[in-house]
Amino acid sequence: MAYTVPKLEDYSAAALDKAVEELKAALYQEADAVSNENKWKEFRDRWMARKNGILTQINDLWLKAAPGSAKREVGARVNQLKTGVASIVEAKHALALNAPVTFTSQGIEIPRAKDWESFRKLATDPVLDITLPGIRRPLGAEHPVIKTMNEIVSVFRAMGYSVADGPEIETDYYNFESLNFPPNHPARDTQDTIFISGQEKKQQRDRLLLRTHTSPVQIHTMEKHPPPIRVVVPGKVHRADTADATHSPIFHQVEGLAVDTNITFCDLKGTLDHAMKALFGSSVKTRFYPSFFPFTEPSADVQITCFKCGGKGCRLCKMSGWIELLGCGMVDPNVFNFVESNGYDAEKVSGFAFGMGVERITMLKYGIDDIQLFYQGDVRFLEQFA
Amino acid sequence: MRISPTWLREFVDLKVNETQLADELTLAGVAVESVKEMDGQTLFEMEIGTNRPDAMCHYGVARECSAIYDIALKPIAPKLPKAKPAAIPVPVEIQDAKGCARYTVRVVRNVKIAPSPAKILARLKIDDHGGINNVVDASNYTLMEIGHPTHAFDLDKLEGGKIIVRRARAGETLKTLDDVVRKLDPEDLIIADAVRPVALAGIMGGMDSAISSATKNILIESAWFDPVTVRKTARRLGMHTDASHIFERGADWGGTGLACDRVAELVLETAGGELEGEPVDVVARHLVTYSIWLRRSEIQRHLGQEIPEATVTRILSRLGFKLTAVTPATLDALKKLDPADTPEQKQAVVIAAGDIAKATGLASEQIMAIIAASKNWGPSWMVDLPTWRLDVEREIDLIEEIARIYGYNKFANTLPAFSGGVVELLNADKQAKARALLLALGYNEAIAPTFISQADATAFSGSAVVPLANPLSEEQSVMRSSLVPGMLNMLAWNLNRGTSDVRLFEIGHVFSAPAEETTAQATMLCLGATGNAISPSVHGAARAYSFFDVKGDIETLLAAFELPGLKFEPTDRYHQGHGARAVADGVVVAEFGQLHPDVAAARKLKQEIYIAEIYLDHLFQFLLRSPRYQPLSRYPAVDRDFSFSFSDSVRFEQIQSAIHALNIAELQSFQPAEIFRGGSVPQGKYSVLLRAQFQSADRTLRDDEVAQWSARIIKALEALGGILRS
Ligand SMILES: [Zn+2]
Repeated sequence: MAYTVPKLEDYSAAALDKAVEELKAALYQEADAVSNENKWKEFRDRWMARKNGILTQINDLWLKAAPGSAKREVGARVNQLKTGVASIVEAKHALALNAPVTFTSQGIEIPRAKDWESFRKLATDPVLDITLPGIRRPLGAEHPVIKTMNEIVSVFRAMGYSVADGPEIETDYYNFESLNFPPNHPARDTQDTIFISGQEKKQQRDRLLLRTHTSPVQIHTMEKHPPPIRVVVPGKVHRADTADATHSPIFHQVEGLAVDTNITFCDLKGTLDHAMKALFGSSVKTRFYPSFFPFTEPSADVQITCFKCGGKGCRLCKMSGWIELLGCGMVDPNVFNFVESNGYDAEKVSGFAFGMGVERITMLKYGIDDIQLFYQGDVRFLEQFA
Repeated sequence: MRISPTWLREFVDLKVNETQLADELTLAGVAVESVKEMDGQTLFEMEIGTNRPDAMCHYGVARECSAIYDIALKPIAPKLPKAKPAAIPVPVEIQDAKGCARYTVRVVRNVKIAPSPAKILARLKIDDHGGINNVVDASNYTLMEIGHPTHAFDLDKLEGGKIIVRRARAGETLKTLDDVVRKLDPEDLIIADAVRPVALAGIMGGMDSAISSATKNILIESAWFDPVTVRKTARRLGMHTDASHIFERGADWGGTGLACDRVAELVLETAGGELEGEPVDVVARHLVTYSIWLRRSEIQRHLGQEIPEATVTRILSRLGFKLTAVTPATLDALKKLDPADTPEQKQAVVIAAGDIAKATGLASEQIMAIIAASKNWGPSWMVDLPTWRLDVEREIDLIEEIARIYGYNKFANTLPAFSGGVVELLNADKQAKARALLLALGYNEAIAPTFISQADATAFSGSAVVPLANPLSEEQSVMRSSLVPGMLNMLAWNLNRGTSDVRLFEIGHVFSAPAEETTAQATMLCLGATGNAISPSVHGAARAYSFFDVKGDIETLLAAFELPGLKFEPTDRYHQGHGARAVADGVVVAEFGQLHPDVAAARKLKQEIYIAEIYLDHLFQFLLRSPRYQPLSRYPAVDRDFSFSFSDSVRFEQIQSAIHALNIAELQSFQPAEIFRGGSVPQGKYSVLLRAQFQSADRTLRDDEVAQWSARIIKALEALGGILRS
């Protein structure tokens, strides 16, 4: 309820103090609500208008009505209030219109307002309600997919892997042919490809498409650097998948490649076992089983013990205790043949490659049930990862 | 594909239970996706890779079991009665050896077409096949059992009783079993009788020669068709059948006779009739004409673990490979080889290793090179390949077979030795810095779709777009040429869901087509902001996000870089009078401003929207700013305020440069403190309070020097048309 100036029945010091306190409380509260020029004008007029402003009212209702014995005491307080109100109104005009200034609990800086000093003390002396929420500066949140992708890259960086990248629009040669996907091979069907239009005039190997995996960067890297190499490749890939809760035409992968003399299948296993422990905790175990990728041989899929139930079986791991996380294998000698001139003699060097879907890992890690949430920019979702 | 473990047990005496079997098959690469119960029996739902057509049947999976558990695989040997001799064997002619390597047929006469017996139907049901009739079912049963597709023709419907395998002729058509008339292409491989096409080779038979209730005499086809040929036709016609699935992946060249006999056996059993003549087996070409040289040293080199010779032999033999150890004499001769040997000496060794050269079909130079590369390869074998494993062509393929049956998880976990440094992506540090700043400024990181509509591409960028050949929809038909449409969609998404204060950023690629048939990719950073810069709370009022918020955020971001001569110029890119671009060294590094209200309205954005586009490829050409230390002055700073009024045409940048040009070393800062318009300030003018701060590193400033500098400042401001206010 809006403050109205009461008539004073009692002019004792205690009653005066109480009336002054009530008035000040109303002043702070109303000052606080001033958020623009118009409100400030209302505020100013309500308190300082000559005709019927609150200051005028206390002059009339308190000072003029006071018995002679109390006039001195009341007069001192009314004068103090007059200067106090004037400085608040003035300060509010100068400052509050551009920056929110809090008049209640925080105290206030009023330039050159000596009279305000006593007011300020009074205002700050009361105990703060420290249970009120603090004033927080909002922080941005990392996108969970990029956060996870960076975490994966960091694990491999710590194992001596350099970081590489490549274009999202690729040629058939890099996305398929040099990765041992011959033209017209059914393995191409497993990667629903989005093609760039207007490529018909070109040779098949030169036709442009959206890379369906980050594996083309394996070839780019080997073309640029002779062995030994160790790279990790984060990146965005696309497939002609209709969007639903588990499919997205966009997703991210992290690829890895190590080539040297004497790189073995045991090294592949050890490397990924180490990496999975670094990512998901030292208690996870890995399990490898045969798979097929045209560009690796032998090829494997890797499962880790479910990080939710620890392998006992739960809904996340479909009661199996295991979660499939990535594909890998030893680099197929046919792939080396495409970069033989840069020192990749399949009889001398060997290597391994691996790749993982970042969205899938992120979803498993946080229990996210709809992949579309990653691409909507919904602040309610993103803020959960701050 | 489904597999019945009960059926498997007819071919191998398995000791393990169903659950263990499913697990161990999966771990050997024949993946059991799930185990289910159907009609009281356990079934495995399989996931077999495209390279393993041989395992897409019960006998093939049984063979895997035989290798995994080292148990004998029972042979399938159809028992056929002695055939009545045929008057004339069926004439079979393969005109296209590329498309068809082998074609085997048998004739059964006087069959009685009827439903199959329950036992057959129960087995077909495993794969959700209802029965059709006893002859067709025999073919399907055989496919599930041994994996080779076969086809039965009504022999009396084949004109001239003749089979020709050839490419289709222009204009030919065929009504296939699914009742669709197919226009044939000269690339299509077909089966024809004397007159016309009767089947699409390896895909589907023709309606006219199909088995019907009136069929008396049948011809069973069991052939090997070329995968690429079958695949091209199947794809062109949009067909996918059980048969094409196998042929596209590579059927068993050696299995045509067995499959033909097995179908005949089942037909005789379920439809009666008599076998006529011996099978006609026409071989147009052989597929597997070489052996593989398998070196134990290579097994070790790739796998990193020693596998006993006996294990190698056992695994490969169980899978149907035939191993012959390379003799000690050959070995010795090869081991003696020295790279310094004369060509004659080398030739002698190659002759000694003649069996290798002959069997592998490798050129002698290749063998020499291999030998020269690794002299210590220890024991080795010549490996003959089974006709059903077309995926095994090389030594590495055999090594994979050994590894997967041996068990991937029996291999040790080791880490490879490595020396060398880690190289980061070129701009990794710059991108990390930019990202960290934006997060600290309260922008949430987002990822928008890569595809936008042609209309958006045109509206938000001037570059030629990269259209997709097979877009997911019209709204997503081109590669994004700007991050702005995606950003606006994300802002709208939030506003429509009741979140009115939004700050987002995205780092991503945009695409253009600089010339016909080429594409280019550039890295962009986009900011989007709307709503309050400061939210209302119990402690204070709200403040709406403004142009100067986005400008401040851009300034903070750009301050991380060494940007020589950075300046801000007006741009009408977003909304006339409400946009700016940041230019450094003549390069535009960022553009930002308020989105035009009409554009916002068209997208149903009902708040002021602020957008920034930062050209990261340009920005990252500049160095990150390295901190520079300056000693702190021990002497007090002096502030002086100047209240001026200027014409609206005088921009702050002009005031700043005029003051800068005075070269007052002690002037530490010169900032606008307040600006007023209206009230006592006349129209077309504004009043500004400017605050100068002076400080010296080596002395306390005297009043007279500050007064002198102030006078120069006033003069400079008056030269700009400024009027000093009292
Ligand atoms: Zn679990």
